[in-house]
Amino acid sequence: MNVELTLPTRKDEDFRYSDLDALATVWPVVREDIEVIAGLEESRQVIELGEGAVARHLDVRLGKGAKLDLRVLTAGPGYGRIAIDVRLEEGADFTLGAAQLATGKETLEIVTKVTHAGLNATSSQIVRTVLAGNATGTYLGCIAVERGADGTDAEQSVRAMLLDRTATANAKPELEIFADDVKAAHGCAVGELDANGLFYLMSRGLPPADAKRLMLQAFIAEAFAGAPGEEALDEAAMARLAKLVGTAL
Amino acid sequence: MTMLKIENLQASVADKPILKGLSLTINPGEIHAIMGPNGAGKSTTGYVLGGRPGYEVTGGSVEFMGQDLLQLEPHERAAAGLFLGFQYPVEIPGVSFVQFLREAANAQRKGRGEEPLSGGEFLKLAKEKARLLKMDMDMLKRPVNVGFSGGEKKRAEMVQMGILDPKLAILDETDSGLDIDALRICGEGINSIMRAPDKAVLLITHYQRLLDYVKPDFVHVLAGGRIVKSGGPELALQLEEEGYEAVA
Ligand SMILES: Nc1ncnc2c1ncn2[C@@H]1O[C@H](COP(=O)(O)OP(=O)(O)OP(=O)(O)O)[C@@H](O)[C@H]1O
Ligand SMILES: [Mg+2]
Repeated sequence: MNVELTLPTRKDEDFRYSDLDALATVWPVVREDIEVIAGLEESRQVIELGEGAVARHLDVRLGKGAKLDLRVLTAGPGYGRIAIDVRLEEGADFTLGAAQLATGKETLEIVTKVTHAGLNATSSQIVRTVLAGNATGTYLGCIAVERGADGTDAEQSVRAMLLDRTATANAKPELEIFADDVKAAHGCAVGELDANGLFYLMSRGLPPADAKRLMLQAFIAEAFAGAPGEEALDEAAMARLAKLVGTAL
Repeated sequence: MTMLKIENLQASVADKPILKGLSLTINPGEIHAIMGPNGAGKSTTGYVLGGRPGYEVTGGSVEFMGQDLLQLEPHERAAAGLFLGFQYPVEIPGVSFVQFLREAANAQRKGRGEEPLSGGEFLKLAKEKARLLKMDMDMLKRPVNVGFSGGEKKRAEMVQMGILDPKLAILDETDSGLDIDALRICGEGINSIMRAPDKAVLLITHYQRLLDYVKPDFVHVLAGGRIVKSGGPELALQLEEEGYEAVA
C-alpha cells in the first residue's frame, strides 16, 4: 500500500509549518489516487468543513491531453493539510483553485508538487488564504519541469489576507526546471484588506464585519471562478467567512 | 431642528492639524457650497464628518439631527441619514454595485428598524435611479467603480445617493471629471434627489458651473482649516472673478 508509516518531523521541508501533534492523530495518511486517462476531462472537489484534524494526500496522474479541474476548500478544521502531487504527460492540463480559511489557533496548509513530465503541458494554481486570530496558513508549491518537457506553461497565483496582525501566512513557491522552453509565472502576496475600500463600503451603511465579508468573498471567489459547482463552493466559503470576520479583532 | 451644527471643529491627519476651528450650521431645506484653495481641508471635512479612520478629531463638536455625530461609527452615520460623495470614489474588485448597495440599503433600513427590501424591490429602485442619472443599469452589475471613467464614477456616486436617499449629502467635487452633459444630468439629479424641505446638501466645489444647476443658499470659503468668509450665491461668482486671495 502507498503509505508512509514514519511520522514526519519539522526537518521535512514539506512539514516545516505543520501542526505535528495534530498530524500524529491522523497519521498515517493513505494516498488517494486520481488518474485521468489520455484525452479525458474530470473535475473534483475536496471540501473540508469539519472541525478536528484532517490530512489528505492526493496523487494525481494526468495522461496525454488529460484535464483535471480540482477545487479545494478547507474551512473549519483545527488542523487541515491537503497535499497534492500531480504528474502531467504531454499536453495535459491541471487547474487548482484552492481557498483556506482559518481563525483561532487553526493551522491549514496546502502543499503541492506539480511535475511537468511531457511536452506542452499546462498547470495553473490559484490559492487564496484568509487568516484571523492566531491562525497559520501555508502554501508550499513546487513546480518541477523534467528534462525535455518543453512548452511547459505553469502558473501560480498565491495570495493571503490577514485579518489580524497575530495571524501568520507562509508561502513558498519553488521551481525546479530542467527544460528549455518553459513559461513559469508566479505571484505571491500577503496583505490586509484595503482600508479605503472598507471605509467606502461602511460609508454607505455596511457594518464593518459585512464590509469585510464582502471584500473577502470577492477575494475567495477568484479561487472558484469557472468551477463546476462554483456557487456551492462560494456559499460554503461565505458561511465560514462570516465567522472569521466576527472573530477578527 | 438644525440638520448639522459643526462647532469649532479641529482635526488632525497623521498628527498634522488640518481643521483648525471650523464652524458651520446647516438647516433642513438648505444648500450650502464650500469653496477653497487646494489643501484647505475640504475633503478632510467630508472625511471627518463621515468618520473615516485616521482622521482624528481633537476638538469641537458636531451635531447631526440632534445626535452627537462623532460618537457614531461610519455605518451608523449612514443609517442616520448622512451620505458622502467621494472626490475619488474607490474601486473594489469583485464586489458588484448591486450586491453591495442592496446590502448597504438593507443594513441602513435595519438600523432604522425598517423592513428589508426584497431583491425585486431593490432592483426596481436601482433601475429608477440609474435612469434618473442616465446610467446604463448594466454598469451597476459591474464591480464597484472598477474600470469606470472619472465621470462615470461621479455619476455612479449620484446613483448611490438616489438609492440610499439620505437626509444630508456632502458631495466632494462631484462636478470634477464630468463632461458638459453629465454635469447637467448630475446637477438635475442632485436637485431631484435632495431638494426637499427635510433634506440638505453640502457641495464642495472649485467652480461655479455646478452651482448654475444646484443653486446654493449659502457659499463659504474654507482656507487654512476654517471658514474664513460666508455669503450668498454671489460670493461664488465673485470668487471665480477675483480668486481667493482677493476675496478671502
Ligand atoms: N494622510 C495624510 N498625511 C499628511 N497630510 C495629509 C494626509 N491627508 C491629507 N493631508 C493634508 O491635509 C491637507 C488638506 O487636504 P484635503 O484633501 O482636505 O484638501 P482639499 O481642500 O480637499 O484640497 P483639494 O481642493 O485639492 O481637493 C492637505 O495639505 C493634505 O496634504
Ligand atoms: Mg479635496
